[in-house]
Order: sequence, then structure tokens, then C-alpha cells
Amino acid sequence: MRAKVFVRLKPSVHDPQGETIRGTLETMGYQGVSDVRQGKYFEMSLVASSREEAESQVREIANRVLSNPVIETFEVEILD
Amino acid sequence: MPRFAVLVFPGSNCEGDVLYALRDVLGQEAELVWHKETSLDGFDAAFLPGGFAHGDYLRPGAIARFSPIMKSVVSMAEAGKPVIGICNGFQVLMEAGLLPGAMLRNRSLHYVCRYVNLRVETTKSPLTNTCTAGDVLQVPIGHADGNFFADDSELEELEKRGRVMFRYSTPSGELTDEANPNGSLNHIAGIMSTEGNVVGLMPHLDRCYEPALGTDHGRRLFQSLISSVS
Repeated sequence: MRAKVFVRLKPSVHDPQGETIRGTLETMGYQGVSDVRQGKYFEMSLVASSREEAESQVREIANRVLSNPVIETFEVEILD
Repeated sequence: MPRFAVLVFPGSNCEGDVLYALRDVLGQEAELVWHKETSLDGFDAAFLPGGFAHGDYLRPGAIARFSPIMKSVVSMAEAGKPVIGICNGFQVLMEAGLLPGAMLRNRSLHYVCRYVNLRVETTKSPLTNTCTAGDVLQVPIGHADGNFFADDSELEELEKRGRVMFRYSTPSGELTDEANPNGSLNHIAGIMSTEGNVVGLMPHLDRCYEPALGTDHGRRLFQSLISSVS
């Protein structure tokens, strides 16, 4: 089974990198971009007997390692 | 005589500075301990030094917190012995949940490497027990991710319980925006645990233990620690 994990900074957390990218876009002429937030994306392959088991395992991994709950949230997507 | 452990993760690069300061400058017993070790028996305090543990992959400290030695670090912290994280070591302690908060990329996005002024906020930590609250020390920093963040309730808890150890300030101790090198909330440069024995700070006391290095203000912090474990 394959899984995708998206890790994002919480909305309340300032993102200096996203802000810098937004500033550069403005300089490049993309005037309509009002906000950029930078995150992380992971692809995983794993062995699991069911979709539910895979999701629960990946969620645990995302919570324990891939994200830092102090500043980040995550979303998990399971692909067959 | 107390014995100090200086942990080494793959990518640590300040373990030699801490070891030299403890052993050669201050005449203490200190040993390097590889991250794959599983015991800190016989040690009275542990340092997590600066560097780039596990390449800072994922997030600074995110991989190092799962190194085998970390279980012993947690036991040591629970036993009330001093555990000191400097720079990357501070990031590891936060990832491990031994200290609250997290580090964001510096506000400027630059790696900042220079001397800063640190105002001592409490004398209840093992690093500051021979200082006076309000003292301003000159200590160097060198980091890209030192922008301290904690949510409102954590921040309030730190402030209310006097767990902020150092703040970035001007030479006279004022908290101005220019004196904050990385954008840290409330100018926070170092904090301590509820019990006070686990401490983390971004500035490198291990880079200023004799005047030839710029200042010897880091030496006062080492000496505080030594007096607290002796």
C-alpha cells in the first residue's frame, strides 16, 4: 500500500519561508498571490492487511515523527 | 568529583568545545558518549552539544530524539540531574518533549553567527545560580533555526512560572526588536523545565570560556553548573 502525508505549519505559526517566497513572486510580477505557506510532503510504501490498518499506522508515524505537533498539523491519504 | 557526559550524535560538531571547556579549562571529569550507547550510569549531568544531529533532516532534533541514548537522558532528567542542551542540543530536548516549544527558521532566514547580549532572567537554573537576575552576558550564537515559538498557553506557563532563563537584550538589558537576532517570541534565548534541572539555550557558552575567545562569560555558566552538582 502507498500513503501520502502532507505536513503544514499551523495557521497561528508565522512562516518566514512562505513569506519570503510570496515576496519573490511579487517581485517576479505575480501580483495576485496574496499568501504562500511552505509545508512538507512524504510518500511511503508499506505492508498492511487493510486500508484502516495502514491509515492508523501512517497517522501514528506522522504524529510521532513526521510532524511536530507544537507547530504543525498533518493530513494522511492512503492509496491502494 | 562530578562526572559530565557529552553526547555525540552523527553530525554533532560542538562536543569537542564542551569537552575542552569542562576538562581542560575547568578541570572536570568529562567523557564523550556516542548516541548508540544506552546508559548514562555514573554521570552526574549530561550535555547535548551543538551541531547538526542526523543532518538536521526532517527538522532539527527530530531524528536525534529517537537515538538509543535518549532513553537514558529522559531517566536522568526524571532523576533531577542537570541535562543541558546547547543550540542543536536544545532543539533535540524540545523534540524529545523534555522542554516545551519549537524552533522556527530565523526571521531573517539567514544563518546568524555573532555575539549577542543575554539578560539573565532567573538564578534558579543550574547554569545561572551564581549570576544575578538582570546581569547581561555576551555569548555567541550560530544558528538558522533559533526563532523560539510556543503557543499562547505554553508561553504563559513559561512566563508565569519564571522558567525563562535568558532573553536577547541590548548591552544595557533592554528588550528591543533589533536586539532579537532571530525573532524569538518574548526574546526567549533559553528556558528550563518545571523542575529546573533540564535547560536549553541557543547561545554557545562553549565558545566563550576564556577572554581570548571574545569573552569568558560562558565560563560563569559552566561554573554555576559545576557548583550545582558538586
